[in-house]
Amino acid sequence: MNLVLHVWRQAGPSDHGRFVRYEAKDVSPDMSFLEMLDVVNEELIEKGEDAVAFEHDCREGICGTCGVVINGSPHGPQRAVTTCQVHMRSFRDGDAIWIEPWRAKAFPVIKDLVVDRSAFDRIIEAGGYVSVRTGSAPDANAIPIAKPSAEMAFDAATCIGCGACVAACPNASAMLFTSAKVSHLGLLPQGQPERYSRAVRMVAQMDAEEFGSCTNHAECQAACPKDISVDYIARMNRDLIYTAVVSTGLEE
Amino acid sequence: MRGAGRALANRSFGGAQVSRTFYARGQTGQQLLLGAYQALQRQVAARKVQLFARSEMLDLVVVEGKARGIVVRDLVSGKVESHSGHAVVLATGGYSNVYFLSTNAKGCNVTATWRAHKRGAAFANPCFTQIHPTCIPPSGDYQSKLTLMSESLRNDGRIWVPKSPVGSRAPNEIPEAERDYYLERLYPSFGNLSPRDIASRRAKEVCDEGRGVGPTSTGVYLDFRDAIHRLGRKVIEERYGNLFEIYQQITGEDPYEVPMRIYPAPHYTMGGLWVDYNLMSTIPGLFVIGEANFSDHGANRLGASALMQGLADGYFVLPYTIGDYLAQTDFDAIDEVHSAFRGVEQEVGARVEKLLAANGSRTVDSFHRTLGRLMWDRCGMSRNRAGLEDAMQQIGELRDEYWNNVRVTGRAEDFNQSVEKAGRVADFLEFAELMCHDALAREESCGAHFREEYQTQEGEAKRDDEHYAYVAAWEFTEVGRPPRFHKEPMVFEYVALAQRSYK
Repeated sequence: MNLVLHVWRQAGPSDHGRFVRYEAKDVSPDMSFLEMLDVVNEELIEKGEDAVAFEHDCREGICGTCGVVINGSPHGPQRAVTTCQVHMRSFRDGDAIWIEPWRAKAFPVIKDLVVDRSAFDRIIEAGGYVSVRTGSAPDANAIPIAKPSAEMAFDAATCIGCGACVAACPNASAMLFTSAKVSHLGLLPQGQPERYSRAVRMVAQMDAEEFGSCTNHAECQAACPKDISVDYIARMNRDLIYTAVVSTGLEE
Repeated sequence: MRGAGRALANRSFGGAQVSRTFYARGQTGQQLLLGAYQALQRQVAARKVQLFARSEMLDLVVVEGKARGIVVRDLVSGKVESHSGHAVVLATGGYSNVYFLSTNAKGCNVTATWRAHKRGAAFANPCFTQIHPTCIPPSGDYQSKLTLMSESLRNDGRIWVPKSPVGSRAPNEIPEAERDYYLERLYPSFGNLSPRDIASRRAKEVCDEGRGVGPTSTGVYLDFRDAIHRLGRKVIEERYGNLFEIYQQITGEDPYEVPMRIYPAPHYTMGGLWVDYNLMSTIPGLFVIGEANFSDHGANRLGASALMQGLADGYFVLPYTIGDYLAQTDFDAIDEVHSAFRGVEQEVGARVEKLLAANGSRTVDSFHRTLGRLMWDRCGMSRNRAGLEDAMQQIGELRDEYWNNVRVTGRAEDFNQSVEKAGRVADFLEFAELMCHDALAREESCGAHFREEYQTQEGEAKRDDEHYAYVAAWEFTEVGRPPRFHKEPMVFEYVALAQRSYK
């Protein structure tokens, strides 16, 4: 099939950027979306033009590196898949496809479709860990954990940090990401000692990075390639309220 | 994962006959990685670690025989910079992407270990590469990577190809009499559960005979029809539901209705930089951990042991051994302004400029695909003398063409993915020759290394422990010249060497 692409080109952070029109001819429906971009790039390089910069790595939906807004939807038209898992059979011959980077103040564009997501790293730095040094391996069953908590923590831990939640949010909030990381640890015994301070510090860092606030649109959940639920935001808010109202100064 | 009793759950896994492997759904490695990442960010917050994200190591700096730092390219600004230290640790992974198509992430490459090799680190057993039998086959020339499906699928799926090429006929229209369940035919006792290397080799064989299926004729059917008939769709759904979904997402075909197509793909590289028991390479102060070294897996890696190695090397071994090195070594005060760093920076910068200056007519990926295809055919899951010798010849020619005819666009001092790839492929083009040398010198079949000249009558690997029970550690001489061979004999004090048996 033949497609018309409108791709966001931006030479660097200070460039204004613009959509550039490309034609993608003889696209196979079995191609992945990124393979379609590969082919377009090969043609650009053969013509001596700069290839479209986009990020990718594992190309099987688990590394969180890829991610572009396709026709207004982060990671494209399908639910619960990453950009690399979108295949061209999702489109029809003659379609126009608009491809943009994640748009958020906290994710500045580096080039074309590549954004700087190091703000997420700094949110993790603010508390997304358990403060135990790795020593020798502990006995496997020293800490029993009930299956329901383990499963709920695991659902949160499947977050790959891609940033689609931010890109989807009208406020560019990072609440789904932050709450998933907070809940992953806060639901497990190992995460209890810093449970409340962790939530406070990570949300403070989120604010400092100039992500927006959550106003319950739940667009994040709809865009999340790992189907992470907004319930985790509610869960994190409970921890925050608990800290603010009941137990200020309870720990640390 | 947890069982109902709140204890950790176990399962059996690749090559083990007991359930003793801990796991985290289908994403054990991913969860271990996230755990390591979180622990790392804690150290960053504590100012014990400084991260330089988006930097690529392009060379090792050795001063007076010791590894004292690295030269990197800042991938955002394109500037070439140095970092000095008392020791260097490489945790840069394996080289399956020498085949272009593999199950590795696209960014995986041999550059860090290869450049260290060129500075004096011995490279051990580079020909030991693992090919996984159950991957989703390529769908066209544009294919960029291959996705691994769990090998557990072979428990219930039956593998077959048509007895003779059938063109575009749909699999369900091919009658039983025209199907060749070749694994069941060749290995009546093991059938579809034949070992990985045999299943992979036989699949390539039937495809090379022209009997492969799917759009690129590189695939064999893995058919669940009989299992669904026998056990019911619900049981199959419980066992493989998530895998069937992944498959359908990628291929657009429903494996409950149409047989899956599978094909082998490079998955892991057992070879790597030679290290001692302290994980130090032949260059003092250069430590190598994880898949980047050669140490733990011999000629064939078993399930879950790559994750074990990553954890053991990083968490439990290196923290002790590197301290020992630092305590016992006298260091001259050296920083990034030392002339050794300036010299290497200039070499690295000149190399980038040279790639840009070629201004030829072929893209980097086009060269990489040609190299990958050649390695897959000649130095992949089966090898022979004539093929390896021919491959070495062709690699040399391809490398010459590369430096004259590659087209790399853009500028050096910019965010430039074309330049990044170009440097990596240039290194693969040198490294591939070393793989062939190693495969040629090892005149036996063992583990994942199958030399066609050395097989039993049943077509299984024929080892020669008397002459080849050693690690081949290669020393770099110059590009295009044979490397220097060093032998580290394998000494077994408590266990007698034996052949593994599938019977």
